[in-house]
Parts: sequence; structure tokens; C-alpha cells
Amino acid sequence: MAILTRADGVPEWRRRTPRADLLVWAGWFGAVALTLLCFQFISDRTIWAFVWDAPTQGADLIARMFPPRWSYASQLWKPLLDTINMATIGTALAIVIGVPLAFLAAHNTTPSRAFVRPAVLFIIVASRSINSLIWALILVIILGPGLLAGILSIALRSVGFIAKLLYEAIEEIDPTQVEAVTATGASRPQVLGWSIVPQIMPAFAGISVFRWDINIREATVLGLVGAGGIGMQMQASINVLAWPQVTMIFILILGTVLVSEWLSARVRHAVI
Amino acid sequence: MSASTLPSGEARVFDPVAAARAWRPPPLIETPWLRYAVYLGALAYALLAFTTVEVNWTRAAEGVERAARFLSGFFPPDFVSKRQDIMEGLLESLTMTVVSTGIGIILSIPVALGASRNLAPLPVYLFCRGIIAISRTFQEIIIAIVFVAMLGFGPLAGTLTLAFATIGFMAKLIAEDIEDIQASQAEAVRATGSSWFQLLAWGILPQVRPRLIGLSAYRLDINFRESAVLGLVGAGGIGDTLNTAFDRYEFDTAAAVLLIIIAIVLACEYASGFIRRKVQ
Repeated sequence: MAILTRADGVPEWRRRTPRADLLVWAGWFGAVALTLLCFQFISDRTIWAFVWDAPTQGADLIARMFPPRWSYASQLWKPLLDTINMATIGTALAIVIGVPLAFLAAHNTTPSRAFVRPAVLFIIVASRSINSLIWALILVIILGPGLLAGILSIALRSVGFIAKLLYEAIEEIDPTQVEAVTATGASRPQVLGWSIVPQIMPAFAGISVFRWDINIREATVLGLVGAGGIGMQMQASINVLAWPQVTMIFILILGTVLVSEWLSARVRHAVI
Repeated sequence: MSASTLPSGEARVFDPVAAARAWRPPPLIETPWLRYAVYLGALAYALLAFTTVEVNWTRAAEGVERAARFLSGFFPPDFVSKRQDIMEGLLESLTMTVVSTGIGIILSIPVALGASRNLAPLPVYLFCRGIIAISRTFQEIIIAIVFVAMLGFGPLAGTLTLAFATIGFMAKLIAEDIEDIQASQAEAVRATGSSWFQLLAWGILPQVRPRLIGLSAYRLDINFRESAVLGLVGAGGIGDTLNTAFDRYEFDTAAAVLLIIIAIVLACEYASGFIRRKVQ
């Protein structure tokens, strides 16, 4: 906030100083210019004739997608179950690996701030920055197509997510409780078990369920690269342009995601 | 101190009454029947899951040897021989990220206003919540498939996909923030006789601005990460380069692309963390 003095000596209230005004304006100008420049780049790589045709194509696509082929659902229950299993087992595996990593990464529980912490943080970032679909791409080459590749790619992507959120929760605990337990003469594992774990338990439950919910969504598309689940059926249907079947798959995915989101919201609401 | 002797040297006698009265931390789920139902359900599910998941273990066992060969193909990462393709893909991903985040944020603001129960009438609220639900339900990849089918291959399909996903993400979180604002400030602005837009600019925006900026930075980070996979379905970006490298068995180039993705995500994450700390 700034008060300027006008030429006639009357003070005038302004929100920002002229300098700050100029900076804000330059910031906006830069952001808009960058966006336009980037759009120019994309536009050069776009065949606009196809884009102008999109409404027709879209209408055509929708006409082909409806009505959904309801009878196809009978072939989809098993892949759907596989999808849910992939998400759940993958999440469980990620919890098993991610929780110890979180304790190694949090600066108040790590055994060594100089060596262990940076190494674990790198593992967490590497796991988080590679999408589960890319993990699946790699694992399908190594392990062959199927559920195992899907489970592992879900787990590898989730380890970083769980470990990151959990170590942040560990760093935010109330240190007085740790002090109190330490003062009773507790050993390090006892301090961990009686002062740190109870404090992060709600965060842990929330994070796990949240990630499970995300994993259900991700598991539905892993099949596109051959990692099992309902995505395989989707890929097969798209390849033969069987759009009514694709619609049926979309409907099932929508239903599953809604249920998992409801469940996860209920659990998070209960624990937080 | 050994468990069986007290400091004075007397043997410790196990006292069942004292043991029963010993303090225990409260369990996470307080209702006993719900707690045991959850445990039982988890056990039953684990049995079901492990019996229905079919894994080809012989094929997986071969994977170990394969993995060694595969990983040796990764080293050393080859940044040079496909430099042109990598640069092109990277530039495409970065431009997609910027444009989609920009479009997404601009479109998400009206949706967020509509999805706040304290600002919008019920029909508008339900409509905007519907948009958010659709945008959040489907994976980016699925939306990309539809956009590629409509618009043809290329970065535009990817950009629109990411913009669409951004709307759901931003609008939901901003709407939650708008619903949590201090009503008294908005009321004070309204009491001065302000119009609706003045109310937004002076009563609401200042309260949600830190979160708006923080979420935008976070979403920029997410959009880059997602742009790296949209190429798998032909929606442009570095994922295209990565997929081509895998298809041609040029694992050294793929390793280079993966390392570049990790480096950029790291930079983005650091930058977005810095921005968020700065504004919050």
C-alpha cells in the first residue's frame, strides 16, 4: 500500500507504489506473451483443417458411441476386478516400501541427514516424476504383459507419493510429545512407536486411501500399454473401432471411480 | 535394564490385574465392531485378490535376466544421436504445459465461482460441480484418446486434454477455498454498495489469491508430468519421443529422455515449492 502526494499536495491512496504497479504489469505481460508464443508453436504443429472438422468428427464419434453395448459388460467383470486388484495390491506394496522410506527421509527421524536423507529424497523424486504409465511401459518390456507389470508400476509410482506426504507429516509432528516419551527413558524404537506413530496415524490412513483412490483411476489405463486390467479391453475395442464397447467401458470406469472416490472421502473424513 | 528384574534386584512378578489396567493407546478406529469388520474385510479381500490375480511366474522369472539386459541397454544414456527429436519433444511438452495451464486456469475461475455454494444459486452450483466431476473422473489419457479421435494427432489434442483436466482440479480446490473464506470481509465490501464484480475483486480474490497462485504453480508442475505420457496415445509431447525410442529398442535414448523428465520435474517441483512457500 502506498500514499502518493499529488502535485497540488493532496495525498492520494494507491494500492501499490508505481514501481510495484509496473512490475506486476510486466509480469502479466510476460506471462501472456509466453503463453501466446507457446500457442504459436503448437499451432504450427497442428493441422487446422482437422480441427475445424472436429465438431463433425465429434458428433460422428458420439453417434457411434451410443447406445453403449450393454451385453459387453458380461466380459468386463473379470478385467474390472483385475483393475481393482492391481490398484489395491499396488498400493499395499507401495505402503510397505514407502513407510520406511518416509522415516528415513524425515529430518527428525532420519539416521543420517548428510547421506541417507538426500539419497532417499532422490528415490522419492524419481518415483514421483515418472508416471505409472511409463513405469508400465518399461515393466511390460521386462516382465511381459500382464497384471504383475501393472501392480509393480502402480507400486513404483505410489512409493514416492506416499513417502513424500508421510515424511512431511512426520516433520510436522508436535515435538513436545517426543520429548515427553524420551524423558521417560524410552529407547529409540519406543519413542518411534509411542510418540511419532500415533501422531501420524490419521495422516497415514488418509494418504493411503487417497493414493488408492488415485490408483484405481490410473489402473484403468495401464492396460493401454499391456499391463492388464480393463485398459486392455479398451485398447482392443479402440483398435477395432468398436466405439459402443468403449462407451460401456467408460461407464464402468465412471461407476468404479465414483464408488472409490466416495469410499476414500468417507475414510478421510472419518480419520482427519 | 532387563525386563525381569527391578533396579532393586527383586524379581518382577507378573500381575494380571496390573497388566489389564496398563494404559494402551486408543486404536485408530474406535468402534470395535467396525474395527474388526475392517480387519476381516481386509483379510477376505487379500485372500480373494491373491487367488484371482493370475501371474505368469515363469515369464516373470525370465524377466530378471531380461531386466539386466534391458538396464545395460540404458547405459550410457544417449543424449546426442537423437538430439533433434528429444529437443523437439521437449519443446512440445513445455509449450503444451504453459498453454494448457493458462487456458485451464482462465476457464477454471468461472467454474470455481459457480461451484461455490456461498456465491452461486443451486442450479449453477450443480452444473459446475457436474463439470468438475466429469473432468476429475477420467484419466488424462482417456480424454486424450477422445481428443485425438476428434482433432487428429498432435500437441493441440494434448493441450486441450491438459486444459480440461486443469479445470476440474483447479475449480474444485478453489471452490473449496472460496467456501471457506471469512464471510465478514465479503459482507463488509457488500455493505459499501459494491457490485458483484467489485465484491469478487475486493472481498473474495484477496482471500483466495495465495491459494490460487500456489495451486497454479502446482498444476504447472503436474501438467508437465502428464504431458510426458500423453504422447503414448499420439497427443504430442516428449512422451511421443519416449514411445518411439522404446518401439525402436533405442533404450539409451529412452534413458536420456527419462533423465531429462526427472530433471525438469525436479526443477518444476523446486520452483513450485518455492512459489508456494513465498505466497502462503
